[in-house]
Amino acid sequence: MSKSKVGEDVYKKVEKVNAELFVLTYGSIVAQLCRDMNYEYVNEELEKMGYNIGIRLIEDFLARTEWHRCVDFRETAETVAKVGFKMFLNVTPMITDWSEDDQTFTLTLDDNPLAEFVELPVEARSQLWYSNILCGVIRGALEMVQMDVEAYFIRDILRGDEHTDMKVHLKQILKEEIPAGDD
Amino acid sequence: MQSHNKNLFKSSVSESLTSTAPLLSRNIYDQTLNRIRNAEVNLSCFAFLFSELIQRIQSQVSGIQEFEEKLNEHGYRVGQRLIELVIWRERNPKREIRILNVLQYIHSTLWKYLFGRHADSLEKSKENEDEYMIVDNNPLFNKFISVPKEMSQLNCCAYLAGIVEGFLDSAQFPCKASAHTVPLAQHSQRTVILVKIQPSVLAREELLG
Repeated sequence: MSKSKVGEDVYKKVEKVNAELFVLTYGSIVAQLCRDMNYEYVNEELEKMGYNIGIRLIEDFLARTEWHRCVDFRETAETVAKVGFKMFLNVTPMITDWSEDDQTFTLTLDDNPLAEFVELPVEARSQLWYSNILCGVIRGALEMVQMDVEAYFIRDILRGDEHTDMKVHLKQILKEEIPAGDD
Repeated sequence: MQSHNKNLFKSSVSESLTSTAPLLSRNIYDQTLNRIRNAEVNLSCFAFLFSELIQRIQSQVSGIQEFEEKLNEHGYRVGQRLIELVIWRERNPKREIRILNVLQYIHSTLWKYLFGRHADSLEKSKENEDEYMIVDNNPLFNKFISVPKEMSQLNCCAYLAGIVEGFLDSAQFPCKASAHTVPLAQHSQRTVILVKIQPSVLAREELLG
């Protein structure tokens, strides 16, 4: 069964909520963070929040899709884009720009729902990555399946660039560790 | 809180018009407002995001009162924006000037927009002239939240109360809204949004006859 089909089928079955409420809630969170701290710290904080979400989101993903272990990083990338993003945000980013060693790819999110109704103030345009929470989500989710990745934005439409691009780089495969205290 | 809310009112339009930085090629005023109008996202996305918001607030505050105030503030910002968005999309938008009409609008249209259904009831308080109650038997926000016993006074629908407050304030019905859990036998999560209208609005209502 193709990944896009799986993504769509799962999305059809889940309970849904108005996307605009979700987007406006996210906007309120980012606005509050920007009031509380500098833009670099906001980026970090969003990434941390995303990480906390990601480590739990992966369980939701696995429970609904019963997905098998991905064979290689390429399959992981396709799964993230076609199944993961589809079943949660109902968008399918494109995967572009694979590196030579197959360790890095770029996700192009041109219809990023989080950026709806958003305009960045001038000072923020060079410093803030508005959708940084998504980087954290990917990092957290993949860490729970033994992949240590680094995810970061390189372009964002909100900043005036042509596309919204996120680079995901696989640093290493983590060995399964037996928790301390077990035999 | 009133003067603090006025700061939240400040729009950024005047700021962006006076800035000397080059305008973005993608001007937000040229974007359609209906792009994700009927779009939906997975409920768990929203639940995760809301839980992160709650955790963040929890680490910053020291009491339930402050907790609810912060949640209310977040909802307030959303409510301010929703009034323009929801009314703009109506086929025959009408500006409501009477209390009961605007509350009915919230009870039906706003709730329908947010949750896909009407609120469960709209009541006027018998003891106080200036209090109204909007009841929701199964609010979305509390669905995945379990409140520990020490904080049993807390209701995360303070966020929803903030949305209502922002909506009413922007519609020129200054008020205070708060959320209270009033469980019934069949609905253990029943929440009442208590709206306390300010005296100036009541005076205006009298004048309107």
